[in-house]
Amino acid sequence: MPRQSIHVVGASLAGIRAVEALRRRGFDGRIVLIGAESHLPYDRPPLSKQVLAGSWDTDRIHLTKPQTLDELAIDLRLGVRATGFDLESRTLSTSDGDEVVDGLLVTTGARCRTLPGAETIGGVHVLRDLDQALTLRAELEAGPRRVVVVGAGFIGAEVAATCRARELDVTMVEALPTPLGRVLGERMGEVCAEVHRRHGVDLRTNVGVDRVEAERGRVTSVVLTDGTEIDTDLVVVGIGVVPNTEWLEGSGLTIDNGVVCDATMLAGPGVTAAGDVARWPNHRFDEVMRVEHWDNAIEQGVHAAERLLTSDAEAQPFAPVPWFWSDQYDRKIQLAGRVRPGDEVEVVTGTLEDHRFAALYGREGKLVGVLGFNRPRHVMQYKTMIENGTSFADAIAAEV
Amino acid sequence: MKIVVDFDLCESNAICMQIAPDVFEVRDDDFLYVLNEHPDEGDRARMEECVQRCPKQAISLED
Ligand SMILES: Cc1cc2nc3c(=O)[nH]c(=O)nc-3n(C[C@H](O)[C@H](O)[C@H](O)COP(=O)(O)OP(=O)(O)OC[C@H]3O[C@@H](n4cnc5c(N)ncnc54)[C@H](O)[C@@H]3O)c2cc1C
Ligand code: SF4
Repeated sequence: MPRQSIHVVGASLAGIRAVEALRRRGFDGRIVLIGAESHLPYDRPPLSKQVLAGSWDTDRIHLTKPQTLDELAIDLRLGVRATGFDLESRTLSTSDGDEVVDGLLVTTGARCRTLPGAETIGGVHVLRDLDQALTLRAELEAGPRRVVVVGAGFIGAEVAATCRARELDVTMVEALPTPLGRVLGERMGEVCAEVHRRHGVDLRTNVGVDRVEAERGRVTSVVLTDGTEIDTDLVVVGIGVVPNTEWLEGSGLTIDNGVVCDATMLAGPGVTAAGDVARWPNHRFDEVMRVEHWDNAIEQGVHAAERLLTSDAEAQPFAPVPWFWSDQYDRKIQLAGRVRPGDEVEVVTGTLEDHRFAALYGREGKLVGVLGFNRPRHVMQYKTMIENGTSFADAIAAEV
Repeated sequence: MKIVVDFDLCESNAICMQIAPDVFEVRDDDFLYVLNEHPDEGDRARMEECVQRCPKQAISLED
């Protein structure tokens, strides 16, 4: 029996692109898009970049035009939160009540991990949604005496860069020996550290946060695990995200650091998942992964939507080469592929010293990743080689 | 159909070039060049994919 209706839970990047894909594929049944936030679907990458910098108004970050949204003819329920699901009876519970659903697509994304014990202290922020970005921006505009950024991952790095552009003093605290060492490898992590230092960030590595001190409910200093105390009135915590799966506990779906799907993004009969919340075996890399990247949310959202319209026999595996970018200072950093500590690394164009280069990662004789600093075209061309299964040696020798 | 790129937004990350190398090209100077401003109507689906996948929403289609 053809599918009658599809409920999409999570009205952000993966959700909206999924809905568009359903209509593009000619699905003319009922589509319900449910989102906990009251804003129309918006794009997150600008939050730590142009929005935080103050160079973009928030009306520039919409993911669709209101007119396009009308054309999609969907039942859009904003400010509504899904609270439970039961696979057997197919009952979806939301803050609006219960409903029996046909197809279900889970795109509830992720939220920021917080610093234990500091959640309620004024002046301690995380950055995931628009409201948080606007609150943080107002704090930056008020002129804090110092910003402490906890975590030198991509979000932390972008916040630090945006603060430096505002000429604010920044101290960045990273528990690992090098920023992003686990993602990019030690050598490339060292390049990231150098970029921050060159832009005047006081970078402290290999040290954690012991506690946040406050007076009258407002942060006054951050105490590190080595005993150092940093005087500050503003803290931004960027220590990773957790997938929003609590509402699916006990649903009958498998939840394990995300909604666990098969290789085709199917999580259960008539249920798929996509975006930051989804975990699936990517056959191309022989690895079960959950990818927190913008482009993945789009591609996977489209795939998971189409999967709901496809029979098991015709279903295709989802096996992309993950890709993301990050803008920090005047650097555009891009990584494609899957990099592990211990991969071979070879710089193929430019130099590390200039912070303008492309570096290839190889494992077992194959090209598995490419990192670019201000080398967008190169990254995309090597990404195509990863997709084609090019050997590490051939990739190094290639003219790009 | 006409391809319009807002070059103030474009950051030359070449996603569009990966999808449609016959229409978009990022050259060694790191700028994007539109090789064919008027792709055939039959190519609309691929052009719409470029519009969607551009991280900067820099591409639009005009009739
Ligand atoms: C500040 C910032 C900067 C970023 N910059 C980059 C970048 O430069 N490059 C890059 O590749 N990626 C970047 N990302 C990552 C990218 O934005 C994410 O990968 C993408 O947003 C994932 O989309 P999603 O739809 O899967 O999930 P999300 O965008 O997290 O959306 C999930 C939605 O579901 C809603 N929701 C959650 N639970 C429920 C519930 N129970 N009921 C109803 N609704 C619910 C949430 O409110 C949210 O609106 C950035 C992210 C952030 C936060
Ligand atoms: S995808 Fe967008 S930003 Fe990237 S090169 Fe093409 S037009 Fe420019």
